[in-house]
Amino acid sequence: MGGYIFKRLGLALAVAVAVSMIAFLLLRLSGDPAIAIAGEGARAADIELVRKTYGFDRPLPVQYVDWLGKTLRGDLGESIYFKQPAAPLILAKLQVTMVLALWSIVFALAISLPLGVLAALYRNSLIDRICLALAVFGQALPNFFFALLLIMLFSITLHWLPVSGSDSWRHFVMPTIALGYYAAPAFMRLLRAGMIEVMDADYIRTARAKGLPARTVVFKHALRNAVVPVVALAAVQLGFLLGGSVVIETIFALDGLGYLAYQSITFKDFPVMQNIVLLLSVIYVVLTLASDVANAWLDPRIRVR
Amino acid sequence: MQQQKRRHAITGFIAGALLATVLAVAAPALASRKDDTIRFAYDQAPESVDPFFNNVRIGVIIGANVWDTLVYLDPNTGEYKGLLARSWKQIDDKTIEFDLREGVRFHNGEEFDADSVVYTLNYVADPGNKVVTQANVNWIDKATKLGKYKVRLTTRQVFPAAIEYLAGPVVIHPAKYYAEAGPKGQNSKPVGSGPYRVSNYLPGKSITLERNPNYFNDSPKGAARINKVEIRFIPDRQTQMAEMLSGNGDLIMYVPKDQADQAAKMPSLQVVSGETMRIAFMQLNSLDSTPTPALKDPRVRKAITHAIDRESIVKSIVGAGSRVLHSQCYPSQFGCTDQGVTRYAYDPALAKKLLAEAGFPNGFETEIFAYRERNQTEAIINYLQQVGIKATLNFSQYAAMRDQIRAGKASLTHQTWGSFSVNDVSASIPVWFGGESDDITKDKQVQELLTRGNTSVDPNVRKQSYQQALKRIADNAFAVPLWTLPVYYVASKELSFKAYPDEMVRLWEMTWK
Repeated sequence: MGGYIFKRLGLALAVAVAVSMIAFLLLRLSGDPAIAIAGEGARAADIELVRKTYGFDRPLPVQYVDWLGKTLRGDLGESIYFKQPAAPLILAKLQVTMVLALWSIVFALAISLPLGVLAALYRNSLIDRICLALAVFGQALPNFFFALLLIMLFSITLHWLPVSGSDSWRHFVMPTIALGYYAAPAFMRLLRAGMIEVMDADYIRTARAKGLPARTVVFKHALRNAVVPVVALAAVQLGFLLGGSVVIETIFALDGLGYLAYQSITFKDFPVMQNIVLLLSVIYVVLTLASDVANAWLDPRIRVR
Repeated sequence: MQQQKRRHAITGFIAGALLATVLAVAAPALASRKDDTIRFAYDQAPESVDPFFNNVRIGVIIGANVWDTLVYLDPNTGEYKGLLARSWKQIDDKTIEFDLREGVRFHNGEEFDADSVVYTLNYVADPGNKVVTQANVNWIDKATKLGKYKVRLTTRQVFPAAIEYLAGPVVIHPAKYYAEAGPKGQNSKPVGSGPYRVSNYLPGKSITLERNPNYFNDSPKGAARINKVEIRFIPDRQTQMAEMLSGNGDLIMYVPKDQADQAAKMPSLQVVSGETMRIAFMQLNSLDSTPTPALKDPRVRKAITHAIDRESIVKSIVGAGSRVLHSQCYPSQFGCTDQGVTRYAYDPALAKKLLAEAGFPNGFETEIFAYRERNQTEAIINYLQQVGIKATLNFSQYAAMRDQIRAGKASLTHQTWGSFSVNDVSASIPVWFGGESDDITKDKQVQELLTRGNTSVDPNVRKQSYQQALKRIADNAFAVPLWTLPVYYVASKELSFKAYPDEMVRLWEMTWK
């Protein structure tokens, strides 16, 4: 088990470094950063000043190594656009995004668990098809369009919820639904498959034979076993949702990491962009690693590979 | 960014369709008038509230409402009036003296006098302090105190537009506070002398302005009428419109034309459209190294100008308030004129004839670069196609496009320019014809005429030089002036306000109907 973890850890680290290198290069390819920072009306002298100040005139490998070294020592540099240290800025916004992402996963599970159980119990029937349709509905709609529909219904027509902002829990309801719905189908299908497999198992037949009520059989025995891979998937989906929050946060004006990423891309704020990409990829890699380890712990067959 | 553009196209279309179904249902909330608060939504949050350290429009707007300048340009009469200065006098080519107003206090109680003017001007003129838009301040040499209410300002070179800049981006900060707190302090706790003061600021989220009860009586701006303004930063335009529709917003700007047309049908909203100083034009690369050698022939350039039906495009695509231009500058800018310049009517037959004379009876292929208003570029491409010029569109971000132009890779460009709302032609024409890196014509005569205009303080010499330069540009069709761009504001029907071409939202003038 230890060897397995060690191997996965090494791989995870390599992935994080590779992502940071790619992000670093891609940012430089999209136009001269000095012009982007100096702005539309800047003269050649202004641009040169910017170039020298931020060290863009040094060779690329030097800039990358310099940045990586500083990051590992905890110095995330200063935001070019906001003119304040990048680290506290990123950490403050991360809180909002984590809250949104976690509640989105909870919401996704809240939808997909009942649907998955129902679909498995009444497999291949009309109920099964309806459950699948409901789950896939969330994935088929682009989340920005779904967000717009929610706003039109709950804010403009019904006046139940506020349109945008992040002042109260009410402001997080629609973003959670719009973001979380996307993850529901994967959970639902995984749970349905898991339930079907488990429901055919010997110990379930035993439980039934013992005369246990259907509810106990389904929830206490079947579901508890079938849900394990779903939880492992949830860890990965959480990482995925952190990236998908950019659009949702922009639409609902939530001041989180996604919105900060959008702003830093728009204003070519290189230090912040690089650090956000690095942070998100590290989080994603850690979550994937946790998911791998959880799966391996539960299913010894995986460790042998 | 690709995803975002596609996103806007799809959501715009569907939002438009769905909007129709919501027409009858939305109930407007009258909260704004009851609370005496304007709820203003804007997409970009400024990186700093200090007007010298941001270059977004909302930063400029907040700057004019929370701070004052030495001079004020009355937008209705076009004359310069004293604001923080009572009067001023041009001493020589590079020196102006100001007599300052007495009895003005900043929002923190600090008294306004020559110290504030001297400290602010010398601070921002120093390139080491890294003011974001250097062109706004690097013309200042130094400010000297001549008395408690008297200041002398010297410019680095002869700079005829000095008063214009002192009426616009150059605001005055309180000397004691700015010396202590600096730009960082001004960003976290802004202090100015204007009709509104900042009562709450959550960076990236919102900024709340409250009426300054001690605003000085003689100000040409006038005291604020509405008590509070809550500016919220909402990045998505659809969400801004949703806030307006649900009755939670009172004012938004830069609304796309099709959404503005839909909003006009809502009973609780009004649409105000105003022309802006932003001009659209096409640069034609007639250098020796141009990728499209045909452009070196003036007949080809004239053909291009004749081929585009500018009036139709303005009427059907650009929108209400815009107009066709014959000179590449905004008409209210000092020195801008289209008197005596060649005008090119829409005449595709003449265009084809000129092309044939120049040796291109079947037209030619070329490329056109653009970075915004794509629908207008596409209309232009269609008109060119009809006379045989096949232009492929190269649409990209501003920075990327500018790189290409400066590297000489562009043939035709579709660009816009706002001149930073500076009402002087020295802020527009020289950028494209003054011989620097954005000049892809490099005509020596035009450059000389522009230099003469830029370096004289005699208004008549300036006007004449600029007129001759503009005439030469038009007669040779070095570039194609297109039109002015309008801005659409959507507001609550209860709000009474006027749209100005300088895109300045004068919150202090607004009232409830």
